[in-house]
Amino acid sequence: MKYRDEYRDPELADRLIKAIRQRSRIPVRLMEVCGTHTVAIFRAGIKTLLPETITLISGPGCPVCVTAQEDIDRAIALCREPGVTVATFGDLMRVPGSESSLHQEKAQGADVRMVYSSLDALDLARRLPHRRVVMLGIGFETTVPTIAAAVRQAKQEGLTNFLVLSAHKLLPPAMEVLLSATEVRIDGFLCPGHVTTIIGTEPYQDVVKRHGKPCVVSGFEPVDVLQSIHMLVCQMEEGRREVEIQYTRGVHPQGNPRARALMDEVFEPADAAWRGLGKIPDSGLNLRPSYSAHRAENHFALVVPPAREIPGCRCGEVLRGACTPLDCPLFRQRCTPTHPYGPCMVSTEGTCAAYFKYHTA
Amino acid sequence: MCLAVPMEVVEIKGNMATVQVGDVQRRACLDLVDTFPEVGDYLIIHAGYAIHRIDPEEARKTLEYFKEILEYEVSG
Repeated sequence: MKYRDEYRDPELADRLIKAIRQRSRIPVRLMEVCGTHTVAIFRAGIKTLLPETITLISGPGCPVCVTAQEDIDRAIALCREPGVTVATFGDLMRVPGSESSLHQEKAQGADVRMVYSSLDALDLARRLPHRRVVMLGIGFETTVPTIAAAVRQAKQEGLTNFLVLSAHKLLPPAMEVLLSATEVRIDGFLCPGHVTTIIGTEPYQDVVKRHGKPCVVSGFEPVDVLQSIHMLVCQMEEGRREVEIQYTRGVHPQGNPRARALMDEVFEPADAAWRGLGKIPDSGLNLRPSYSAHRAENHFALVVPPAREIPGCRCGEVLRGACTPLDCPLFRQRCTPTHPYGPCMVSTEGTCAAYFKYHTA
Repeated sequence: MCLAVPMEVVEIKGNMATVQVGDVQRRACLDLVDTFPEVGDYLIIHAGYAIHRIDPEEARKTLEYFKEILEYEVSG
Protein backbone atom coordinates (compact mmCIF):
# COMPACT_ATOMS: atom_id res chain seq x y z
CA MET A 1 0.00 0.00 0.00
CA LYS A 2 1.28 3.39 -1.00
CA TYR A 3 2.66 5.63 1.76
CA ARG A 4 2.78 2.67 4.09
CA ASP A 5 4.78 -0.27 2.77
CA GLU A 6 7.86 1.80 1.98
CA TYR A 7 7.91 2.92 5.62
CA ARG A 8 7.88 -0.68 6.77
CA ASP A 9 10.91 -1.65 4.68
CA PRO A 10 13.01 -3.96 6.91
CA GLU A 11 16.23 -3.12 5.08
CA LEU A 12 15.79 0.60 5.57
CA ALA A 13 14.85 0.03 9.21
CA ASP A 14 17.97 -2.06 9.70
CA ARG A 15 20.17 0.65 8.24
CA LEU A 16 18.53 3.24 10.46
CA ILE A 17 19.18 1.14 13.55
CA LYS A 18 22.85 0.87 12.56
CA ALA A 19 23.00 4.63 12.02
CA ILE A 20 21.43 5.29 15.42
CA ARG A 21 23.89 2.92 17.09
CA GLN A 22 26.83 4.64 15.41
CA ARG A 23 25.63 8.08 16.33
CA SER A 24 24.33 7.72 19.87
CA ARG A 25 26.89 8.39 22.62
CA ILE A 26 25.08 10.51 25.24
CA PRO A 27 22.46 8.59 27.28
CA VAL A 28 19.06 10.12 26.49
CA ARG A 29 15.49 9.63 27.62
CA LEU A 30 13.00 10.34 24.84
CA MET A 31 9.27 10.57 25.39
CA GLU A 32 6.84 9.45 22.72
CA VAL A 33 3.88 11.65 23.56
CA CYS A 34 1.29 9.91 21.41
CA GLY A 35 -0.41 6.59 22.19
CA THR A 36 -0.41 5.62 18.52
CA HIS A 37 3.40 5.90 18.65
CA THR A 38 3.53 3.74 21.78
CA VAL A 39 1.67 0.97 19.97
CA ALA A 40 3.80 1.34 16.81
CA ILE A 41 7.01 1.14 18.89
CA PHE A 42 5.88 -2.02 20.66
CA ARG A 43 4.46 -3.69 17.58
CA ALA A 44 7.72 -3.25 15.68
CA GLY A 45 9.84 -4.23 18.69
CA ILE A 46 11.77 -0.97 18.42
CA LYS A 47 12.75 -0.81 22.11
CA THR A 48 14.70 -4.04 21.87
CA LEU A 49 16.62 -2.82 18.81
CA LEU A 50 17.89 0.45 20.25
CA PRO A 51 21.27 0.86 21.94
CA GLU A 52 21.39 1.08 25.74
CA THR A 53 21.98 4.82 25.51
CA ILE A 54 18.38 5.40 24.39
CA THR A 55 15.40 4.99 26.70
CA LEU A 56 11.91 5.51 25.33
CA ILE A 57 9.25 6.67 27.79
CA SER A 58 5.54 6.54 27.01
CA GLY A 59 3.65 9.76 27.60
CA PRO A 60 0.13 11.03 28.18
CA GLY A 61 -1.05 10.80 24.56
CA CYS A 62 -3.92 8.36 24.86
CA PRO A 63 -7.10 10.47 25.00
CA VAL A 64 -9.21 7.81 26.66
CA CYS A 65 -6.52 7.16 29.28
CA VAL A 66 -6.12 10.80 30.34
CA THR A 67 -9.87 11.36 30.64
CA ALA A 68 -10.49 12.12 34.31
CA GLN A 69 -12.54 9.70 36.36
CA GLU A 70 -15.17 12.39 37.01
CA ASP A 71 -15.66 12.86 33.26
CA ILE A 72 -16.19 9.12 32.81
CA ASP A 73 -18.71 9.23 35.68
CA ARG A 74 -20.44 12.19 34.03
CA ALA A 75 -20.78 10.28 30.74
CA ILE A 76 -22.26 7.33 32.64
CA ALA A 77 -24.71 9.61 34.47
CA LEU A 78 -25.70 11.05 31.12
CA CYS A 79 -26.58 7.71 29.53
CA ARG A 80 -28.95 7.04 32.45
CA GLU A 81 -31.01 10.14 31.59
CA PRO A 82 -34.36 9.35 29.97
CA GLY A 83 -34.57 9.97 26.24
CA VAL A 84 -30.80 10.12 25.81
CA THR A 85 -28.73 8.29 23.23
CA VAL A 86 -25.00 8.46 23.91
CA ALA A 87 -22.67 8.22 20.91
CA THR A 88 -19.05 7.41 21.65
CA PHE A 89 -15.82 6.22 20.08
CA GLY A 90 -15.35 2.57 20.95
CA ASP A 91 -12.40 2.77 23.32
CA LEU A 92 -14.35 4.63 25.97
CA MET A 93 -17.03 1.96 26.33
CA ARG A 94 -15.16 -0.32 28.70
CA VAL A 95 -13.29 2.27 30.77
CA PRO A 96 -14.31 1.68 34.38
CA GLY A 97 -15.88 4.67 36.09
CA SER A 98 -16.26 4.88 39.85
CA GLU A 99 -19.09 2.33 39.86
CA SER A 100 -19.90 1.28 36.32
CA SER A 101 -18.88 1.62 32.69
CA LEU A 102 -20.76 2.64 29.54
CA HIS A 103 -20.54 -0.98 28.47
CA GLN A 104 -22.25 -2.16 31.67
CA GLU A 105 -24.90 0.55 31.34
CA LYS A 106 -25.61 -0.56 27.79
CA ALA A 107 -26.01 -4.15 28.98
CA GLN A 108 -28.58 -2.84 31.47
CA GLY A 109 -30.57 -1.10 28.78
CA ALA A 110 -29.01 2.34 28.30
CA ASP A 111 -28.86 3.51 24.69
CA VAL A 112 -25.10 3.76 24.10
CA ARG A 113 -23.91 3.56 20.51
CA MET A 114 -20.38 3.12 19.26
CA VAL A 115 -19.59 5.44 16.38
CA TYR A 116 -16.64 5.66 14.05
CA SER A 117 -17.15 9.34 13.27
CA SER A 118 -19.03 12.39 14.52
CA LEU A 119 -20.89 12.13 11.19
CA ASP A 120 -22.47 8.89 12.45
CA ALA A 121 -23.65 10.71 15.58
CA LEU A 122 -25.15 13.46 13.41
CA ASP A 123 -27.00 10.78 11.44
CA LEU A 124 -28.36 9.36 14.68
CA ALA A 125 -29.66 12.80 15.64
CA ARG A 126 -31.41 13.08 12.26
CA ARG A 127 -32.94 9.61 12.52
CA LEU A 128 -33.98 9.91 16.18
CA PRO A 129 -35.60 13.36 16.36
CA HIS A 130 -37.36 12.55 19.64
CA ARG A 131 -34.19 11.57 21.43
CA ARG A 132 -31.30 13.73 22.48
CA VAL A 133 -28.11 12.37 20.94
CA VAL A 134 -25.00 13.23 22.96
CA MET A 135 -21.60 12.77 21.36
CA LEU A 136 -18.86 12.24 23.93
CA GLY A 137 -16.13 14.65 22.87
CA ILE A 138 -12.96 12.75 23.67
CA GLY A 139 -9.72 13.33 21.82
CA PHE A 140 -6.85 15.67 21.13
CA GLU A 141 -6.38 18.29 18.44
CA THR A 142 -6.61 15.64 15.69
CA THR A 143 -10.17 14.78 16.65
CA VAL A 144 -11.45 18.16 17.87
CA PRO A 145 -12.01 19.60 14.35
CA THR A 146 -14.14 16.58 13.41
CA ILE A 147 -16.40 17.24 16.39
CA ALA A 148 -16.41 20.97 15.63
CA ALA A 149 -17.48 20.26 12.04
CA ALA A 150 -20.41 18.17 13.29
CA VAL A 151 -21.50 20.85 15.78
CA ARG A 152 -21.46 23.52 13.10
CA GLN A 153 -23.41 21.25 10.76
CA ALA A 154 -25.98 20.56 13.48
CA LYS A 155 -26.43 24.29 14.06
CA GLN A 156 -26.85 24.93 10.33
CA GLU A 157 -29.45 22.16 10.03
CA GLY A 158 -31.23 23.18 13.21
CA LEU A 159 -30.59 19.76 14.74
CA THR A 160 -31.20 20.92 18.30
CA ASN A 161 -31.13 17.33 19.59
CA PHE A 162 -27.43 16.94 18.73
CA LEU A 163 -25.35 17.67 21.85
CA VAL A 164 -21.71 17.34 22.82
CA LEU A 165 -20.19 16.56 26.20
CA SER A 166 -16.70 17.96 25.73
CA ALA A 167 -13.76 16.38 27.53
CA HIS A 168 -11.34 17.32 24.75
CA LYS A 169 -7.72 17.94 25.64
CA LEU A 170 -4.82 19.87 24.15
CA LEU A 171 -1.41 18.18 24.17
CA PRO A 172 1.19 21.00 24.31
CA PRO A 173 0.03 22.23 27.77
CA ALA A 174 0.49 18.66 29.07
CA MET A 175 4.03 18.54 27.66
CA GLU A 176 4.76 21.81 29.47
CA VAL A 177 3.48 20.38 32.75
CA LEU A 178 5.63 17.25 32.40
CA LEU A 179 8.72 19.36 31.79
CA SER A 180 8.00 21.78 34.62
CA ALA A 181 7.62 18.94 37.10
CA THR A 182 10.96 17.37 37.93
CA GLU A 183 9.58 13.89 38.55
CA VAL A 184 10.59 12.48 35.18
CA ARG A 185 13.69 13.38 33.20
CA ILE A 186 12.84 13.95 29.56
CA ASP A 187 15.60 14.94 27.12
CA GLY A 188 13.55 15.14 23.93
CA PHE A 189 10.14 14.51 22.44
CA LEU A 190 8.81 12.41 19.61
CA CYS A 191 5.91 14.74 18.87
CA PRO A 192 2.52 13.43 17.76
CA GLY A 193 2.18 13.34 13.96
CA HIS A 194 -1.54 13.80 13.47
CA VAL A 195 -1.99 16.34 16.26
CA THR A 196 0.68 18.37 14.48
CA THR A 197 -1.12 17.92 11.14
CA ILE A 198 -3.68 20.25 12.70
CA ILE A 199 -1.72 22.53 15.07
CA GLY A 200 1.56 22.85 13.14
CA THR A 201 4.98 23.11 14.77
CA GLU A 202 4.68 26.53 16.41
CA PRO A 203 3.39 25.27 19.79
CA TYR A 204 6.59 23.19 20.21
CA GLN A 205 8.81 26.24 19.74
CA ASP A 206 8.02 27.13 23.36
CA VAL A 207 9.17 23.70 24.51
CA VAL A 208 12.46 24.25 22.71
CA LYS A 209 12.89 27.87 23.85
CA ARG A 210 11.77 27.52 27.45
CA HIS A 211 13.05 24.06 28.25
CA GLY A 212 15.76 23.46 25.65
CA LYS A 213 14.34 20.09 24.65
CA PRO A 214 14.52 18.97 21.01
CA CYS A 215 11.25 18.02 19.32
CA VAL A 216 10.80 15.85 16.22
CA VAL A 217 7.34 15.39 14.73
CA SER A 218 7.11 11.74 13.79
CA GLY A 219 5.05 9.53 11.51
CA PHE A 220 3.69 6.20 12.65
CA GLU A 221 5.37 3.46 10.64
CA PRO A 222 8.51 1.75 12.00
CA VAL A 223 10.83 3.58 9.59
CA ASP A 224 9.20 6.90 10.57
CA VAL A 225 9.80 6.29 14.26
CA LEU A 226 13.39 5.16 13.69
CA GLN A 227 14.12 8.19 11.48
CA SER A 228 12.69 10.44 14.17
CA ILE A 229 14.84 8.84 16.87
CA HIS A 230 17.84 9.26 14.60
CA MET A 231 17.00 12.95 14.11
CA LEU A 232 16.66 13.47 17.87
CA VAL A 233 19.96 11.69 18.52
CA CYS A 234 21.70 13.83 15.88
CA GLN A 235 20.33 17.03 17.45
CA MET A 236 21.56 16.05 20.87
CA GLU A 237 24.96 14.80 19.74
CA GLU A 238 25.47 18.04 17.80
CA GLY A 239 24.16 20.22 20.62
CA ARG A 240 21.22 21.50 18.56
CA ARG A 241 17.78 22.18 20.06
CA GLU A 242 15.15 22.53 17.35
CA VAL A 243 11.71 21.55 16.15
CA GLU A 244 12.07 19.27 13.13
CA ILE A 245 9.48 17.41 11.08
CA GLN A 246 10.21 13.85 10.06
CA TYR A 247 6.59 13.26 8.99
CA THR A 248 6.66 15.76 6.13
CA ARG A 249 4.14 13.78 4.07
CA GLY A 250 1.54 14.33 6.81
CA VAL A 251 2.47 17.67 8.35
CA HIS A 252 2.93 21.22 7.14
CA PRO A 253 4.88 23.49 9.52
CA GLN A 254 1.83 25.79 9.66
CA GLY A 255 -0.56 22.87 10.35
CA ASN A 256 -4.05 22.87 8.89
CA PRO A 257 -5.39 26.44 9.19
CA ARG A 258 -8.81 25.47 7.84
CA ALA A 259 -9.36 22.83 10.52
CA ARG A 260 -7.97 25.16 13.20
CA ALA A 261 -10.29 27.99 12.19
CA LEU A 262 -13.28 25.69 12.57
CA MET A 263 -12.00 24.45 15.92
CA ASP A 264 -11.64 28.07 17.11
CA GLU A 265 -15.07 29.00 15.80
CA VAL A 266 -16.79 26.27 17.80
CA PHE A 267 -14.58 25.77 20.88
CA GLU A 268 -12.86 28.00 23.42
CA PRO A 269 -10.02 27.05 25.79
CA ALA A 270 -10.97 25.95 29.29
CA ASP A 271 -9.21 24.41 32.27
CA ALA A 272 -9.31 20.64 32.21
CA ALA A 273 -8.67 17.81 34.66
CA TRP A 274 -6.36 15.06 33.41
CA ARG A 275 -5.94 11.65 34.92
CA GLY A 276 -2.43 11.56 36.34
CA LEU A 277 -1.64 15.20 35.64
CA GLY A 278 -4.41 16.97 37.55
CA LYS A 279 -5.96 20.25 36.51
CA ILE A 280 -4.09 22.07 33.73
CA PRO A 281 -5.11 25.64 32.82
CA ASP A 282 -6.38 26.12 29.26
CA SER A 283 -5.69 22.51 28.33
CA GLY A 284 -9.32 21.66 27.54
CA LEU A 285 -12.09 22.99 25.31
CA ASN A 286 -15.69 24.03 25.83
CA LEU A 287 -18.26 24.97 23.22
CA ARG A 288 -18.35 28.74 22.72
CA PRO A 289 -21.45 30.67 23.85
CA SER A 290 -22.62 30.91 20.21
CA TYR A 291 -22.86 27.12 20.19
CA SER A 292 -24.09 26.72 23.77
CA ALA A 293 -27.41 25.21 22.59
CA HIS A 294 -25.38 22.10 21.75
CA ARG A 295 -23.63 21.88 25.13
CA ALA A 296 -24.84 18.75 26.93
CA GLU A 297 -24.17 20.37 30.33
CA ASN A 298 -26.80 23.02 29.55
CA HIS A 299 -29.50 20.38 29.12
CA PHE A 300 -28.88 18.12 32.11
CA ALA A 301 -28.01 18.62 35.73
CA LEU A 302 -25.20 16.11 35.80
CA VAL A 303 -24.40 15.85 39.47
CA VAL A 304 -21.95 13.05 40.12
CA PRO A 305 -20.56 12.00 43.50
CA PRO A 306 -16.83 12.59 44.01
CA ALA A 307 -14.92 10.19 41.79
CA ARG A 308 -13.50 7.08 43.37
CA GLU A 309 -10.03 6.23 42.09
CA ILE A 310 -9.29 2.58 41.48
CA PRO A 311 -7.35 1.20 44.47
CA GLY A 312 -3.84 0.13 43.53
CA CYS A 313 -4.09 1.35 39.92
CA ARG A 314 -0.98 3.24 38.77
CA CYS A 315 -2.35 4.54 35.44
CA GLY A 316 -1.70 8.12 36.61
CA GLU A 317 2.02 7.49 37.01
CA VAL A 318 2.17 5.48 33.80
CA LEU A 319 0.68 8.47 31.97
CA ARG A 320 3.39 10.78 33.36
CA GLY A 321 6.13 8.34 32.41
CA ALA A 322 6.93 8.04 36.14
CA CYS A 323 6.63 4.27 36.13
CA THR A 324 5.99 1.48 33.63
CA PRO A 325 3.12 -1.00 33.82
CA LEU A 326 5.63 -3.56 35.07
CA ASP A 327 5.84 -1.55 38.32
CA CYS A 328 2.08 -1.82 38.93
CA PRO A 329 0.98 -4.64 41.28
CA LEU A 330 -2.29 -5.08 39.37
CA PHE A 331 -0.64 -5.46 35.95
CA ARG A 332 -1.15 -8.93 34.41
CA GLN A 333 -2.39 -10.13 37.82
CA ARG A 334 -5.80 -8.64 38.38
CA CYS A 335 -5.69 -6.12 35.50
CA THR A 336 -5.83 -7.64 32.00
CA PRO A 337 -7.44 -6.60 28.71
CA THR A 338 -10.42 -8.87 29.46
CA HIS A 339 -10.74 -7.53 33.03
CA PRO A 340 -9.24 -4.06 32.93
CA TYR A 341 -8.94 -2.03 36.14
CA GLY A 342 -7.54 1.13 34.63
CA PRO A 343 -7.99 2.94 31.31
CA CYS A 344 -4.41 2.31 30.15
CA MET A 345 -5.31 -1.38 29.93
CA VAL A 346 -8.65 -0.72 28.20
CA SER A 347 -7.65 1.50 25.33
CA THR A 348 -5.97 -0.11 22.35
CA GLU A 349 -3.49 2.78 22.60
CA GLY A 350 -2.97 2.45 26.33
CA THR A 351 0.56 1.82 27.54
CA CYS A 352 -0.56 -1.07 29.76
CA ALA A 353 -2.41 -2.74 26.87
CA ALA A 354 0.73 -2.40 24.71
CA TYR A 355 2.94 -3.88 27.44
CA PHE A 356 0.45 -6.69 27.96
CA LYS A 357 0.33 -7.57 24.30
CA TYR A 358 3.94 -7.11 23.26
CA HIS A 359 6.27 -7.04 26.26
CA THR A 360 7.90 -10.32 27.09
CA ALA A 361 9.91 -10.26 30.27
CA MET B 1 -7.18 7.41 18.82
CA CYS B 2 -5.19 9.75 16.65
CA LEU B 3 -4.87 6.85 14.27
CA ALA B 4 -5.25 8.10 10.73
CA VAL B 5 -4.57 6.28 7.49
CA PRO B 6 -3.55 7.37 3.98
CA MET B 7 -6.36 6.49 1.55
CA GLU B 8 -6.74 7.09 -2.18
CA VAL B 9 -9.59 9.23 -3.49
CA VAL B 10 -11.70 7.27 -5.99
CA GLU B 11 -14.68 9.62 -6.25
CA ILE B 12 -15.73 13.10 -5.11
CA LYS B 13 -19.31 14.32 -4.75
CA GLY B 14 -19.73 17.75 -3.20
CA ASN B 15 -17.98 17.76 0.16
CA MET B 16 -17.80 13.96 0.39
CA ALA B 17 -15.19 11.66 -1.11
CA THR B 18 -15.07 7.90 -1.50
CA VAL B 19 -11.63 6.80 -0.37
CA GLN B 20 -9.97 3.44 -0.61
CA VAL B 21 -7.11 1.46 0.90
CA GLY B 22 -6.63 -2.12 -0.25
CA ASP B 23 -10.14 -3.56 -0.57
CA VAL B 24 -11.66 -1.21 1.99
CA GLN B 25 -13.73 1.73 0.82
CA ARG B 26 -15.05 4.47 3.06
CA ARG B 27 -16.73 7.83 2.78
CA ALA B 28 -14.79 10.81 4.02
CA CYS B 29 -15.92 14.37 4.59
CA LEU B 30 -13.80 17.06 2.96
CA ASP B 31 -14.85 19.97 5.21
CA LEU B 32 -11.52 20.01 7.05
CA VAL B 33 -8.94 19.15 4.42
CA ASP B 34 -6.28 21.81 3.86
CA THR B 35 -6.03 21.41 0.06
CA PHE B 36 -9.08 20.27 -1.87
CA PRO B 37 -8.21 16.92 -3.49
CA GLU B 38 -8.71 15.36 -6.89
CA VAL B 39 -9.42 11.74 -7.77
CA GLY B 40 -6.13 9.81 -7.41
CA ASP B 41 -4.82 11.98 -4.56
CA TYR B 42 -4.01 10.42 -1.19
CA LEU B 43 -5.65 11.83 1.90
CA ILE B 44 -5.01 11.22 5.57
CA ILE B 45 -8.34 10.11 7.01
CA HIS B 46 -9.24 10.43 10.68
CA ALA B 47 -12.66 9.55 12.13
CA GLY B 48 -14.51 10.04 8.86
CA TYR B 49 -12.80 13.28 7.86
CA ALA B 50 -9.88 14.01 5.55
CA ILE B 51 -7.43 16.09 7.58
CA HIS B 52 -4.55 16.35 5.09
CA ARG B 53 -3.72 15.91 1.43
CA ILE B 54 -0.39 14.13 0.94
CA ASP B 55 2.03 15.92 -1.33
CA PRO B 56 3.62 13.06 -3.33
CA GLU B 57 6.72 15.09 -4.08
CA GLU B 58 7.28 15.82 -0.39
CA ALA B 59 6.87 12.13 0.47
CA ARG B 60 9.36 11.06 -2.20
CA LYS B 61 11.93 13.67 -1.15
CA THR B 62 11.98 12.62 2.52
CA LEU B 63 12.43 8.98 1.74
CA GLU B 64 15.27 9.65 -0.69
CA TYR B 65 16.90 12.17 1.57
CA PHE B 66 17.08 9.63 4.35
CA LYS B 67 18.36 6.91 2.09
CA GLU B 68 21.18 9.27 1.06
CA ILE B 69 22.03 10.22 4.64
CA LEU B 70 22.20 6.57 5.54
CA GLU B 71 24.46 5.70 2.62
CA TYR B 72 26.83 8.35 3.89
CA GLU B 73 26.61 7.59 7.60
CA VAL B 74 26.69 3.84 7.56
CA SER B 75 29.44 3.58 4.98
CA GLY B 76 31.34 6.58 6.36
